[in-house]
Amino acid sequence: MSAEISPASAGAFTWDRAWRGALKPVVFVLCLMPLLWLIVRALTVGLGANPIEAGIRYLGDWALRFVLIALAVTPLRIATGWNIVARLRRMLGLFAYFHVVVHIFGYVGVDHFFDWAAIGNDIVKRTYITVGMMALVMLTPLAITSTDGMVRRLGGAAWRRLHQLVYPAAVAGVIHYFMMIKAGYQEPLLYAVILAALFGVRIYKKWA
Amino acid sequence: MLIRHKKPSDVASHEITPESVYLDRRRFIQASGLIAGSMILGAPAGQAAVMPAKGGQFADVTKGYRKLGENDTPTPFESVTTYNNYYEFGTGKEDPAENAGPFKPQPWTVTVDGLCAHPGTVGFDDLIKPHALEERIYRMRCVEAWSMVIPWVGIPLAEIVKRFEPLGAAKYIRFETIVRPAEMVGQRSAHILPWPYVEGLRLDEAMNPLALIAVGLYGQPLLNQNGAPLRLVTPWKYGFKGVKSIVRISFTEVEPKNTWREMNASEYGFYANVNPKVDHPRWTQATERRLGGGGLAGILEPRRRTLMFNGYEEEVAHLYDGMSLTKYY
Repeated sequence: MSAEISPASAGAFTWDRAWRGALKPVVFVLCLMPLLWLIVRALTVGLGANPIEAGIRYLGDWALRFVLIALAVTPLRIATGWNIVARLRRMLGLFAYFHVVVHIFGYVGVDHFFDWAAIGNDIVKRTYITVGMMALVMLTPLAITSTDGMVRRLGGAAWRRLHQLVYPAAVAGVIHYFMMIKAGYQEPLLYAVILAALFGVRIYKKWA
Repeated sequence: MLIRHKKPSDVASHEITPESVYLDRRRFIQASGLIAGSMILGAPAGQAAVMPAKGGQFADVTKGYRKLGENDTPTPFESVTTYNNYYEFGTGKEDPAENAGPFKPQPWTVTVDGLCAHPGTVGFDDLIKPHALEERIYRMRCVEAWSMVIPWVGIPLAEIVKRFEPLGAAKYIRFETIVRPAEMVGQRSAHILPWPYVEGLRLDEAMNPLALIAVGLYGQPLLNQNGAPLRLVTPWKYGFKGVKSIVRISFTEVEPKNTWREMNASEYGFYANVNPKVDHPRWTQATERRLGGGGLAGILEPRRRTLMFNGYEEEVAHLYDGMSLTKYY
């Protein structure tokens, strides 16, 4: 390895350092791919006969996937001892929230075009929408308090307690998916099983 | 939409008549009715099959009911044939178009039984041929709050009912979809719906002139994903009443147990009349999204108000005089 020392970094170049430095930007770009793919498809081949429904469902799928991916960070660290993945946790959590927000914008802003009366009616009357909105309500303070400053201001213990809201939010997300399906529950069942497994690792770690 | 997504089961684009050309063609045929008429007369009676050759159009379709609103333009063929609820071929909207290829809609027979004077099993041609094929353009409103406008080819259900002479005790008509798991991938899983798919109508609903047995759309035979070779169309009811690939018709005294009500009676009733005032637990029924050709224009188009009986109030409201449409949803 060359031993050049740049003024910005105190240490010498090593492959270990390089990939540690690259991990976050690479994952960041990867996390943008699902939305980019949706936009490219919308502008080229189209999203089928019902593009709004297709887009909202696609974003909902990815919102749930990102919640599960963010929740997989700690079990992965426990299982493999790769402590570096902990650095990705906040970013993945924020990507989950980002997809939840875009998903809900699709419903509120595109499908219903801010018809608040109809949307309010939906939230009250349609349980799957009520449950979905509950997930949004639970995830919002977590996104707001995701900065280092907020962690300091709240104190580690209170911050950790607050951020346990991600568990009921994830459960609400899976229930929301179950409830919006008419028949054939294989897909939401898969998400439920993965979520249960992620909970299982944590519970096992706590009691073992 | 700049580029179209192509699936193996898609009809080649040269086989599809564009809507504009298609509608012009109808006008042309209408204008030259004499020529069309002489062609029908010229066909050797009792020999020609009902179905045109693969990819062809029905030859002798008369122009039937087409009362449409100002903003009702036929939904493009591409959308009508790629966005379907037909759980026998999978639960995704694109699944039927992708999975229905191996299904064989011919040869086909329909068993007619129950309380009627002439029960029996009848071949597809024998069932359809005695009747004149009509083209009718109907709105179709799905219970999931989307809608289309579809030019069907078919015959009034009432004509078929009359042929089999239901007995006085018959109060309902029951329809059954074929069970063929080898060709219908969704039927290999019992977790989706209990098979066969069952639907039904009150006999007076079946006799209403709007009720149609469809054998085609856009002038050509139904594609498998649309319920080939014959299906029910009741435009004042939610789309799930339109039972597809019908293999059995029964006249009964008791109300048939239709599949979706059996699955979830709090969400789906027997009548399933389109009604903006009676909400489904999961979808508001007050508004709907009209599906066009997809693309960005469709994304920007607002939802539209759903009409009572899907706009067919004049034709069917009398069937439900004195009935609570909230209780009998």
